[in-house]
This record gives sequence, structure tokens and C-alpha cells, in this order.
Amino acid sequence: MTKPLVSIVGAAETSALGVIKDRSELGLHLDAALNALADCALKARDIDGIATAGENPSLLAQMLGIEPRWIDNTNVGGCSFMVHVRHAAAAIAAGYCRIVLITHGESGRSGVANMPWSVPATSPMGQFELPYGPLSAATLFTLPALRYMRAYGVTEEDLARVVVVQRQWAAMQPRATRRTLTTIDEVLASRMIAWPFRVLMCCLVTDGGGALVLTAPDRADDFPHRPVHVIGAGECVEHLMVSQMKDFTSSRAFRVSADAAFVQARIERSEVNHLMIYDAFAHVPLYGLEDMGFVGEGEAAGFIAEGHTAPGGSLPMNTNGGGLNYMHSGMYGMYALQEAVRQLRGSSAAQVPDARISAVQGVGGMFGAAGTVIMANAS
Amino acid sequence: MLRGTLPEPTPETAWFWEGTRLGELRVQRCDQCGQHAFPLSAVCLSCYGRDLSIVASSGRARLYSYVINHMVAAGTGPYAIAVVELAEGPRLMTNIVECPQTPEALALDMALEVVFERASDSITLPKFRPIRVAND
Repeated sequence: MTKPLVSIVGAAETSALGVIKDRSELGLHLDAALNALADCALKARDIDGIATAGENPSLLAQMLGIEPRWIDNTNVGGCSFMVHVRHAAAAIAAGYCRIVLITHGESGRSGVANMPWSVPATSPMGQFELPYGPLSAATLFTLPALRYMRAYGVTEEDLARVVVVQRQWAAMQPRATRRTLTTIDEVLASRMIAWPFRVLMCCLVTDGGGALVLTAPDRADDFPHRPVHVIGAGECVEHLMVSQMKDFTSSRAFRVSADAAFVQARIERSEVNHLMIYDAFAHVPLYGLEDMGFVGEGEAAGFIAEGHTAPGGSLPMNTNGGGLNYMHSGMYGMYALQEAVRQLRGSSAAQVPDARISAVQGVGGMFGAAGTVIMANAS
Repeated sequence: MLRGTLPEPTPETAWFWEGTRLGELRVQRCDQCGQHAFPLSAVCLSCYGRDLSIVASSGRARLYSYVINHMVAAGTGPYAIAVVELAEGPRLMTNIVECPQTPEALALDMALEVVFERASDSITLPKFRPIRVAND
């Protein structure tokens, strides 16, 4: 294993998750930021680097009363926060700043002072995709799936099983929105959204936020919680228009990003014993398991059916229940990072015994961006 | 039937929308290596040649992938949002018309041909229908 690149010393979600009608999107960013600062016993004035997506870092600086000397506003969708962690590691190593705050907040469900998704009619998507009626991510992100299913004999039952297994984790998470155990039949009988995707195979649309505080590994022991070290990270962008995804059966962006992270971490896939794969829709963990190199091409559905990712399995995956069950504000990546930190601190409500190395795979846009973070605890 | 919002052409795409208005599906082709390119290309992604000519596509394609959108207004039925692969290579998002919008009728790799749907005075959308076999 490589030496730590950067350490996560503060981590928190918003005080509430789910339906939050009394906070604006900005308010969710600030609630998350203040909770994460409290988690590591810092004040906002201690922060000298800030990263965020979906909000203006200048506004956050104003609201927190700080003048950070390092800024990252990279926004490539829901994996932006994985990318921020990687950029923050480089910035801290370069001496650009010492303590970085990464914030996310999104009023995805209630729409309180939020920034809705909009695509200009002059844009490539506006000209060559939107005229055909894909009204949301549910009809864009899902488009490659049928080709993948055909290539590997993956069935609608296999998609449903992703939901069923992750619900077993969500059942242990008091803050998860969907917590009741379910069955393949129940998932298949749920309302059709975009065949072959039923509503239970689509991520939630909820309100919330999360924030992280990062610093150099040699300072990480000065904080209240056991530090979580970042040992590898990667990022990649491939396309904005899903119709132009190069290979509908595999995400090149996942492969590039995950490979970079594993090379940097200098670990084998088999050393990972906790995994988070951003599940905007039920097919994404299948691609992720394959494109991250945990299983071969076309083997992910069988791997899940054999119970490897379920409670008690060899590779516990999406232990918060995932975007399908826990929460999904729109840019879910932050919540995947939060659960990985909880697992490595030993404080998850669905704690994996002896969690030591966690790999977190994010996706952005319509399957076109990726960010990967590999973390280890201090043990 | 118009499913989504109407495109607004830009200087780089006016030729594409002019073509559909005239009943011709146009794509780009690299002068150097002959590779066809998705409309909008500034450079050939095969050889990185910058000289791209505008050519008429055969209009033949195969059904590459799709979903059937069920989030529809009352009184209208589910419809497929599809990606087709042109015989020349580029892929396009489109709708499949003159065909039941069901998984049974929409077979992956089925042969398709372009048809043109007038959406406004300036915009005609390329859509695709199954190619009927002879004596069908």
C-alpha cells in the first residue's frame, strides 16, 4: 500500500435527510459544512481551501466569513466530490492550502431555492437528444443498459436483484428513505418508468447535503476522530451526450478513473473489503463491478446473485443502501464518500466487521464522468 | 409527434437541419481517412484530420439500444427513446416510428430506415422506422 495522500478528518451529512422544506440549497451546503467542521472541532476560519459543485465557492466564502487561498469548483455531475478529494490531495501536497472543506447541498426534491437542470436548445444535447423526448436522467442514463443486458444475458430480474440486495443494507440504516426489505417480484411490479427500469430501480429524489474536511496525513492525528486516509484517486470524463458513449457495455470513464486510483494506491482489488458504487440506476453497480476490475466482463450480475455484495458477503457494496434506497439529491457522490468514511471509522449503522480499505466509485452526468477514491483507516 | 423540445441550429449544424428539411440525412466524412462523423464534429476522431465534408447518409441504420418512456401525459402512450447506429457508423438518438412501442416489436439490431417528421417551419426531425421485408 502506498503512503497516504491526504486524510479525511471531518465528515458529516446535513442534520436531516429526505424531505427538507425549511432549508434552501445554500442552507443545506452550510448546514453540512458546519456539521463537518464540528465533527473535527474546527471553526470556519481554520479553512484555507474550499471545493464545491452546484454552488458558487465565492458565496460559501462569504457566508462562512473566510478567504480561502485555494478553490475548486469542478462540476462534472454527481462524482464531482470524488474529483474534489483528488484535487484537494494535490493542492495540500503542493502547499497551496492546509485544510480543505468540500461541500454539497441539494434541494433535489423540495426545490427550495435550487438550481434546476436546464439544457439550452442550441447545445449539442438540445439539438441532438432532447427533441426525442428524454425528459430526465431516467431516460438518458438508462439508455445503454439494454445493449449491456443483450451482450451478457443480464435480465430484468438481475436489475431487480441489485435493489433487493442493497435494501438489505438500507434496512440497517435509520436515515435511509427506503428501509423495508423487498423482493424481486415487488421491484418488478413497481411502476414502470422507462422500460426495463421500474421506479424502484431508479434513484430516490430527496433533499440533503454533506461535507468533508481534509488535511495532510501528518496532521491527521490532531483531530477527534480516527483519521481516514486517501491512498488512491482517479478521475475521467468521456462524454456529455449518452448517445455518444463509446461502448454501451462498459464505461471507459470508470476504467480510466478506477485504474488510476488502484495504480496510485498500489493495492490489489482483492484487498478492498468495502465498496461504494454510485447507483443512480440499478445497472450502474453492474458496470462498476466490471469496469473497476472486481469481476470480469458480464460477471457482475452473477456475483451479486451469489451474495458477495450482501450483508455477510466478501465485498459489501453500497452499505448505506445506495442512491436507490438511502438518499439521492441529484449529486449523490458525497453520500457514498460519507458512508465509506463511516465504515472506516467503524461508525456505520450497517458496520462491516474489520472494514479496512474502501473503494468509492462515482459517476457523473449521463454516465460520462467518473471519480474514484480509495481510502484506508489508520489501523 | 413531437416528444421533446425543438432544436435551435448553430453555425456548425445549420447544414444538418437544412438537410432534414429537404428530406436528406447528412453526416460528415473525413477527407483524409473516409471515416464518417457525428454531426457537430470539428475534427475526425479517427485520424484527427480537420477537413470534413458533408455527405448524404444512406439513411439505413440498426437499432442499437433504447428505453420505453412511460412518464407520459394522460391520453398518450409510452414511446421509445432510441439510439440507432447508421450504416456509415455514427450513432444518433431518435424515435422509432411506424412500429408498436413494445419490447417485443423493438428488437435490438433490427434494420431501420430514416423518415422525416416536420416539427415546425424550420425544423424537421430525422426518425427511423423498421425496414419491411419484400412481400411483407
